[in-house]
Amino acid sequence: MTIKHHLTEPILMAYSAGTLPEAFSLVVATHLSMCEECRARAASYDAVGGAMLDGATLDMDEGALEATLALLEAPVERPIKADVPADAVFPGPLRDYVGGDLDAVQWKAVGGGVRQAILPTSKDASVRLLHIPAGMAVPDHGHRGTELTLVLQGAFRDEEDRFGPGDVEVANEDLTHTPVAEEGMDCICLAATDAPLRFSGLIPRLAQPFLRI
Amino acid sequence: MFQDSDTLVEEKPRGCTRAVGMLKAVRGGKAKLRVSKDGTPEAHWVACMQAIHSASDRKAFAELFRHFAPRVKAFLVKSGADMSMAEECTQEVMAIVWRKAALFDPSRASVATWVFTIARNRKIDALRKQRRPEPEELTWGPEAEPEQADIISFQQESARLAKAVAALPEKQRVLVEQAYFGDLSHSEIADSTGLPLGTIKSRLRLALDRLRHAMT
Repeated sequence: MTIKHHLTEPILMAYSAGTLPEAFSLVVATHLSMCEECRARAASYDAVGGAMLDGATLDMDEGALEATLALLEAPVERPIKADVPADAVFPGPLRDYVGGDLDAVQWKAVGGGVRQAILPTSKDASVRLLHIPAGMAVPDHGHRGTELTLVLQGAFRDEEDRFGPGDVEVANEDLTHTPVAEEGMDCICLAATDAPLRFSGLIPRLAQPFLRI
Repeated sequence: MFQDSDTLVEEKPRGCTRAVGMLKAVRGGKAKLRVSKDGTPEAHWVACMQAIHSASDRKAFAELFRHFAPRVKAFLVKSGADMSMAEECTQEVMAIVWRKAALFDPSRASVATWVFTIARNRKIDALRKQRRPEPEELTWGPEAEPEQADIISFQQESARLAKAVAALPEKQRVLVEQAYFGDLSHSEIADSTGLPLGTIKSRLRLALDRLRHAMT
């Protein structure tokens, strides 16, 4: 897999610092599962975090060590690892949120042959899987906040470039684009946005019929 | 909330080579260094981790605890935890350090970095009440024991990074610390410090460039 479009520095740093909303972290973790290069960059940011840890200290309570050793006596629940299907389409972190691989997704039609599935995360941002039939254009849509779109299968093109499996497009409100899924294979993407979900009337719905928000 | 959108988008990776240099993977090739001197603090913490893993050594754990627990507690308080929550979370973090000792790989992370990632994940869970999606472990075939030379050269890299962080100009160091330890977006840091957003971004960038430069 040749990945051309990578995560930005600020996103990797925020992921490492732990300040990204869960929806964005899911896209980052999924991309890192596919991209060695960004994984190495993320490890660099973790290393900076480790170096920063060596600044301030705060005394622990009396008896903290003994209390911690007592914690070790408690039995540990071991998470049961699900078997990874040999031909899995989704990387591990995404399978965790879907509750399975591609065949477990509960799609809902959103018009124009496009289907989506919103995944459960914290409310400060949202993340969805999108299924765009080959050759189909997604209507023009602007972005009200930051949008991260990761291609899992197939490819799309927009005014900016071509995005294939593993590629991630980072867009903000300045970008209005018309992504078109390439011929040949349906395109499946994971897209996160921190735009506030507004249901305040007809106009936002008409403005963003594609995302239904 | 988190980073304002333009902060996140703005910096496209400039031909990713630049970024990777900060802490290059030191496996293999000419990066192998001869053992020059031992007894660096990092080598000591690595030995403690190995003693916990191989011998459930409580004395080694006590040493790690005395060094790292007060640092983790300070990190959690700076991130917004109150004292009792920080105390409780720190004990849990240190318990995880013990339990997961087998997973620690000294050729891929320093002990401080490893403790940081555990503390960060606990912070997200306890303070922000969110899950933390982690990347899938990449499988490279049978996992070989890390080479001693890799471990040592990695320790030297870590020591250089720690030095470089300590040598950052105060203004830059404070911002990097806020970016990691706070829960503020860059524009919220702008509000709280009264500095323009552009200044904050350029100082952060300067700090990171300086760290990269120190590592090449």
